[in-house]
Amino acid sequence: MQPLVLSSFSVVSSLGDGLAATLDALHTGKSGLAPCRFETVKLPTYVGEVRGLDDPANIQAAPCRNSRVARRALEQDGFARNVAVAREKYGSDRIGVFVGTSTSGILETELAYRQRNSANGRLPAAFDYAQSHNTFSVAGFVSEYLALDGPAVALSSACATTAKVFGTAARMIASGMCDAAIVGGADSLCLTTLYGFQSLNLLSTAPCRPFDRERDGISIGEGAGFALLEKPAEREVDDAVMLLGVGESNDAYHMSSPHPEGVGARLAMERALASAALAPKDIDYINLHGTATKPGDAAEDIAVTGLFGVETPCSSTKGQTGHTLGAAGIIEAIISGLSIRHGLMPGSPNTQNLDASLRGRYVVDSRPAQIDRVMSNSFGFGGSNCSLILGRAA
Amino acid sequence: MIEAYVEGVGLCGPGLQGWESSRTVLAGIRPYLSMPVVVPPSALLPANERRRMVSTVKLTMAVGSEAIFHAGRDAAVTPTVFTSSSGDGDTIHQILEALATPEREVSPTRFHNSVHNAPAGYWSIATRSREPTTALCGYDASFAAGLLDAAAQAKDEGRPVALIAYDLPYPEPLHTVRPVVSSFATALVLNPQATDHSLARLIIALRRTGNEPTPMPDPALEKLRRGNPAARSLPLLAALARHAPETVAVDYRDGKHLMVDVSPIGSQSRGGQAA
Repeated sequence: MQPLVLSSFSVVSSLGDGLAATLDALHTGKSGLAPCRFETVKLPTYVGEVRGLDDPANIQAAPCRNSRVARRALEQDGFARNVAVAREKYGSDRIGVFVGTSTSGILETELAYRQRNSANGRLPAAFDYAQSHNTFSVAGFVSEYLALDGPAVALSSACATTAKVFGTAARMIASGMCDAAIVGGADSLCLTTLYGFQSLNLLSTAPCRPFDRERDGISIGEGAGFALLEKPAEREVDDAVMLLGVGESNDAYHMSSPHPEGVGARLAMERALASAALAPKDIDYINLHGTATKPGDAAEDIAVTGLFGVETPCSSTKGQTGHTLGAAGIIEAIISGLSIRHGLMPGSPNTQNLDASLRGRYVVDSRPAQIDRVMSNSFGFGGSNCSLILGRAA
Repeated sequence: MIEAYVEGVGLCGPGLQGWESSRTVLAGIRPYLSMPVVVPPSALLPANERRRMVSTVKLTMAVGSEAIFHAGRDAAVTPTVFTSSSGDGDTIHQILEALATPEREVSPTRFHNSVHNAPAGYWSIATRSREPTTALCGYDASFAAGLLDAAAQAKDEGRPVALIAYDLPYPEPLHTVRPVVSSFATALVLNPQATDHSLARLIIALRRTGNEPTPMPDPALEKLRRGNPAARSLPLLAALARHAPETVAVDYRDGKHLMVDVSPIGSQSRGGQAA
């Protein structure tokens, strides 16, 4: 593919608001996970909550929690201002919006179902379906907030969603439907995912421990991230982060269990390398999907070591952010961008005892390193897989 | 502008029982009679699997396999783009009801079926396809957004892509806040190049015209077009059925439309030979 530059990006998660807070947490190994006190949820699990979303000052900021998380990210790091500059340059109808979510504003529907009219079963009049429940709501919110009116669509492929947005945006730019694109998305805490993952016995009772021999499941997090994708200038600035490759595949195996040998995961990684015209040895660090389930980490390890051998450093940052589900792709793409820009190999602070049966060169403690190219993996329900390659301008 | 060639069509809606048998109705030659939707069994699913499947999966399998067969393509090597405004409203409703009880016991199968990309996941399993699948939502513009994405993907990758658009009614109480009229699904196999299988060439552009989108002349079909986001495809399907050159405006959003120039390829009988 033709490389694209991430000319501006922003992020929000339980690690804090913005790039500086995120980078600081990656340096110190701070985790955003805490015992779950979300809403009325009574589950023995940890969550990564974005702070202050329910403060009275914030509650009016957007029609649902999911769009509030999105808005918080749009407000960070001069992102909206940088998009305004791009809007002047290209025109508001030439910038596409390709953003994603897995559960959208379903929290508002969950609350509305508790308040159904006892006589006729109706939802409360204040419930706003289009701007909360519908999967498009976050894309509509972002388009409006940034005053863009080019092509706009929401992607929703479970936990691979906001990695796949890069592929969609790259194709739309390549086909001439737009000159630049906003990619990213948001996912926010809700009862559907907390009780849903509990029903699958996939929630850890401790802060999640990717690649640990005691790992016992995921910790759910929330967050959002956005990037402005443009065609690169002839000579990009030295710390520019580029999208070099995208690889997508499907497991064709099971709706909620990964292929045990990571066949689909490996295919996504191979396709990302092919799309970037790179070889495995060109990748300096792999930001793993690494959700800390027993079979998921094992399958990814087989896929990674099968393709890269055992020397390429890799880690999952989900022990710090939690698994932000539909937002994981963009948050980890931005963490990968920070790794390149600031020469930082992220660690995995909750991982105490590495699982000896996993063969990958897993990074437990963050450390300084020259990183020119990162692969970032995102895999989801429905067998959906996506690998991204980010790197410096050549 | 993106150019794409339609190689195969699938259709299932009220009184629209498959593409071939619906062509004369869509072309305005025979009158339209709305009837309850009957989803034909897809050859992709064994009978015992079929019984367990949720309605979104049965519907998308039916139109997807019809279009793939019509196009003479192999589903195992064809990337797919699924697009829907509502996804699986029944499954979501059942989860929401469970979460409103003190026990909050969510069924694990329902939970994994609740993801917007569930039909894409089942399609990949049934067709043994490891090719990319995309799952989109564009609210009322879901069909147009899917058409744009599938055409861009076909052009970018230089190979056919299958687009599958579907929407089903919500049960109450969601139906009242988001009324979707009937179940409706359609599928198009799009190829960036003309082949022996091409039915029509499409040239697709996103424009703000100031005009209304192309309506359906039949009032009942127009009601269906307005009432189901996937049925916003009807004017394009009607143009394909008429097999005459024309330009249709498919609903996008905020007063913009996808302007689709439809140029038929081959004789009228090519499209109808399997009827």
